[in-house]
Amino acid sequence: MRTAVFHESYAAEERLWDSRTARAWMLAFIVVLFTMPLWSGDYLLAMACIFGIHVIATLGLNLTTGNAGLISLSHGAFMGVGCYAVAWLAKQGLPFFLSLPLAGLLTAVIGVLVGLPSLRVKGIYLAIATLAAHFVLTFVFREWDSVTGGVPGTSIPRAQLFGFVFIGDRRNFYLIAVVAVLLALAARNLARTHIGRAFVAVRDRDISAEILGVNLLRTKLLAFAIGAFYAGVAGGILGYFYGAITPEYFVLTLAVFYLAAVIVGGLGTVLGSVLGAAFMTLVPEVLRLVAHAASQWLPSVAGLLLPMGQVVFGLLIILFLVLEPHGLAAIWSRVRRVFHLWPFRT
Amino acid sequence: MSEFLEYSLLGILSGGVMALIALSFVLIYKGTGVVNFAVGEVMMLGAYLYYAGTNSFGLAPWLAFIGSLVIIGILAILVERAVLRPLSGQPTVAVMMATIGLASIIHGGVEAVYGGDTYSPPTLLPRTPVNLGEVLIPGTVLGNFAMATILIGGFLVFFRYSKTGIALRATASDPVTAATLGININFSQRLTWVLSALVGTVAGVLIASSAGLSPLLAAAALSVFAAIILGGLDSVLGAIVASLIIGWVEALAAGYLGGKSRDIVPYVVVLAILVVRPYGIFGTRTIERL
Repeated sequence: MRTAVFHESYAAEERLWDSRTARAWMLAFIVVLFTMPLWSGDYLLAMACIFGIHVIATLGLNLTTGNAGLISLSHGAFMGVGCYAVAWLAKQGLPFFLSLPLAGLLTAVIGVLVGLPSLRVKGIYLAIATLAAHFVLTFVFREWDSVTGGVPGTSIPRAQLFGFVFIGDRRNFYLIAVVAVLLALAARNLARTHIGRAFVAVRDRDISAEILGVNLLRTKLLAFAIGAFYAGVAGGILGYFYGAITPEYFVLTLAVFYLAAVIVGGLGTVLGSVLGAAFMTLVPEVLRLVAHAASQWLPSVAGLLLPMGQVVFGLLIILFLVLEPHGLAAIWSRVRRVFHLWPFRT
Repeated sequence: MSEFLEYSLLGILSGGVMALIALSFVLIYKGTGVVNFAVGEVMMLGAYLYYAGTNSFGLAPWLAFIGSLVIIGILAILVERAVLRPLSGQPTVAVMMATIGLASIIHGGVEAVYGGDTYSPPTLLPRTPVNLGEVLIPGTVLGNFAMATILIGGFLVFFRYSKTGIALRATASDPVTAATLGININFSQRLTWVLSALVGTVAGVLIASSAGLSPLLAAAALSVFAAIILGGLDSVLGAIVASLIIGWVEALAAGYLGGKSRDIVPYVVVLAILVVRPYGIFGTRTIERL
C-alpha cells in the first residue's frame, strides 16, 4: 500500500512524475507507444493516428479554455489555418520540420488577432468574437482559391526526412506520436511555470491576478496564441496525414467536438486532454459500429451517423457539465486513490 | 437610386424578424445572465414542429403554429429544470458550453429526422406582393415585419406595465434584492426561458414560411450576434434598433457586393464593434474590461 509520496527536496516535489511507480508506468507507456507500428493491426494504428491529432488539438484548447478560462469557438478554424499553411509551405518545398512550426506560429499570430477584442472585452463577448472569427476564417478558406484551392480543396505533399517518406498510417504514426508526446510534455511543463500559474490565476479571479502583478492582456493573448499554436500544428499534421483537405472539414462542429473533448476529459489537465481526446475518438467509432450493426435491419441508418454524432457530443457536454464537471481525469484520480489506499476506503 | 431604395427597404423589413431573434437572445441574457447559443436551434426546432404539424398531422397553419408554441414552451421548462438550474452558480463558461451542447443536440436531432433537405411549409401570412411606388415588396416580408412589430410592441408594453413583466425586470437587474422583495426568482427565470423560446419559435416559423426550411435556418441566428453586440447585449431597445441597422447593412452588402458577402459581413461587423465599442449603442457601460 502506497498512501503518499515523501519528498526530501523541492526538486523532488517539482518533478513531473513524483514516484518511482509513476515513472515506471510512463516508461512502459512510451515503449508501448513507439513500438506500436511493429505489432498493432491496421485498424488500431489508423485510430491511433487520428487519436494523436485529436490529442494535440485538445491540448491546445485545454490550455486556452481549461487553464486560462477563455472559451474559444474558433479552434476548428485555427486547425484549418495550420493545415492550409502547411499545404502552402510544403508546396514551396519546405521540409515538415520547418513547415509545421511555421504553420503553428502563423496560427498563433492569427490567434492573437482573434484574441485582440479581449483588449476590450471578456467572457461571453470573447466567445462571440471567436465565433465571428470562425466564420470569417472559414469564409477565407472557401474563397482564397490561389492558396486554399477554394471549395474543392487542395493537396499536401507528403512529409519526408532524409528520403524516408511519411506515407501510410504506419509511417505517419511516428510523426504524429513524436509531436504529440513533445507537445504534451510542453503543456505539462508550461502549467508549472510562471506563465501556467498566471493562466490559472487569471481564470480563477482576474482582478486578484492583476493586483498580484499578472499582466492580464499579455496573459490572455498568450493563452490564445499558445492554444492556436497547438491547433495549427494539429491542423498541419492532419494535412500531412490525409494528403488532401477541403474546407468542409473545418466546420463549427469541429470546434464543438474539441470543446466536448476538453470538458469530457477534464478542464485544465494534460491527462484530461488525453483522456478526453481518446473518449471523443472512440465515440464516433462506436456510433459507426452500432450504425453498421443496425443497418442490417434498417438500411437508412447510415445517413443518421453524422447527426447522431452531434446529438451524442451535445449530450456528453451537458451530462459531464452537470454530473462530473472535472471530467474523466477526476474519475481516473478517484480510481487511482482507491487502489492506493486499498484496503481502506477514501 | 431606386435600387438603393429597394435594397434598403427589403433589408430593414427583414431586420424586423432579426429583431425577434435578437429579442430571444437579449431576454435570456438580461433575465439570467446566460448567453444562449442555442437560440438558432430553438428557432429551427420550432419551425420544424410547425412543418410537422401542417404536413404530417394535416393541421391548419394557425393550429400547427399554436401547437409548436405549446411544445416549445414545455421543452423550455424541461430544459431549464434539467440543465440550467443545476448549473446556476457555475462559471459563465460552463453554462455557455451547456447551451452549445444543447444546440448540438437539437441540430443533430432535427437533421436525423428530416435530413438536410429544404422544405417549404405553408405560409401563415398572405403572399400577395405589395407595390410601394417603384419598389415591389413581397407580401411575406411585409407580413413578417408587421408580425414582428406587433410582438415586440407587445413585449415592450408587457415589460413596462404588467406586474409579471416588472417582476421579470427586477429579477434581471438584481436577483437577490428581487428575492427579498418577495419575487419568486425561480419562476421568473423559468418564465424568461419560456418567453425567449416562444419568441424564437415565432421568428423561426416566420422565416421558414417565407424563405423555406432547412437546418441552415439555425445559422441565420448566429448572424444576429452582430445585432445584439451592436445594440448592447442587455438592451431590448438596442437589439431592435441594431437589428434594423444590421438587416439594412446586410441587404446592401448582398445587393452591391454579391450574395456571398452575406455570409461574412455580420461577423466582420461583430469584430469591429467589439474592438471599438463593446457595450454597443444602448448597452450598459459596466462591461468589465481587462
